[in-house]
Amino acid sequence: MGKKESSLLKLIISLTLITCVAAVALSVVYMVTKKPIEQSQQSNKNNAITKVLPDFKGDIKTQKVLLEGDKDSVTVYVAYQNGKFYGAAVETYTDKAYSGTFSIMVGFDAKGNIVETEVIQANETPGLGDKIDKAKSDFPLQFKGKNPGKFNLKVKKDGGEVDAITAATISSRAFCDAIQRAYNSFLTIKENKNEQN
Amino acid sequence: MNKIKILTNGFIKENPTLVLVLGTCPSLAVTTSIFNALGMGMATTFVLLMSNALISLLKNVIPDKVRIPSYILVIATFVSIVDLVIQGFVPALSASLGIFIPLIVVNCIVLGRAEAFASKNTVFDSMLDGIGMGIGFTIAITIIAFFRELLGSGTLFGQTIIPFDGILIFVLAPGAFIVFGFTIAAVRWLQNRNK
Repeated sequence: MGKKESSLLKLIISLTLITCVAAVALSVVYMVTKKPIEQSQQSNKNNAITKVLPDFKGDIKTQKVLLEGDKDSVTVYVAYQNGKFYGAAVETYTDKAYSGTFSIMVGFDAKGNIVETEVIQANETPGLGDKIDKAKSDFPLQFKGKNPGKFNLKVKKDGGEVDAITAATISSRAFCDAIQRAYNSFLTIKENKNEQN
Repeated sequence: MNKIKILTNGFIKENPTLVLVLGTCPSLAVTTSIFNALGMGMATTFVLLMSNALISLLKNVIPDKVRIPSYILVIATFVSIVDLVIQGFVPALSASLGIFIPLIVVNCIVLGRAEAFASKNTVFDSMLDGIGMGIGFTIAITIIAFFRELLGSGTLFGQTIIPFDGILIFVLAPGAFIVFGFTIAAVRWLQNRNK
């Protein structure tokens, strides 16, 4: 291997060639996998919507809401059943989580009562903060049927009505923050609709 | 016989994780469940096989001075292909492994085998080495994942084996180090005994 003459030109040509071949190979794979990736992301989303609005069968309209003072917008899937406003599934997030951010999906009925919550992505500590997932503990169940308009969305330590997860107050607060953001977005959408009608 | 030796070299004698102690990052990070470990192992084996084969094929074309960037390019290309394919066709695995699939690029096992083996041997031997090392890596992280999943959550493949809450530390990072250490010790003990 050492015998080869390695002039600068040769180095440049060989690296360029390898890069070009790599680029072509990657673009082919990208084109082949683009559709399945989109489909799986779409079906993930649909699954999450069905989970937070279990009895709903109808049309979904997607809207983005950016609340005042927030960095990122929240996606609201407004649900219509037989042409009537049924409720909404809100894909919300919090940046107050124990490890950065997490995002959850919250389902609301037409009156703004919470139907169901579903964790979409979270990196909370296993065994402690990850109890925000209803598969792991009963913590999220206390929000079921509550209306954040009347229900004080704060942990009891902060003077609210939410029973925090033991040893995971930060995650519990973050969960309330995410739900509050979802509810505010839901209200914004609802008010806009009332004005239009 | 010699070919079989190249293949089985990576299983125990030169096991990349437990004897060479390379690629510790994925070995610690994704071994919380057997499902993750097997997925990671298979993805890495594929990358090892393909990059070893291609690098061995190109070993006389690539100038010595730019060999490391060339190897990294080849490896990164295969890793990106694996990443896209997993995202498209096995979304569940992509969701649980997340960032650790793209990170196979910097897994020392892959670059190490390219530099130490594929750049000096024939294409066929390099492919055998890639498969052998990949299987060795998969076996090692599956063993670690077996104990971490069983002790940490009381499950195997997500099925409850021992109905209890689990020993939390085995799910967290310290548990990974503890199980990793004990597994290395066990392999060393076996090797010394067979001498």
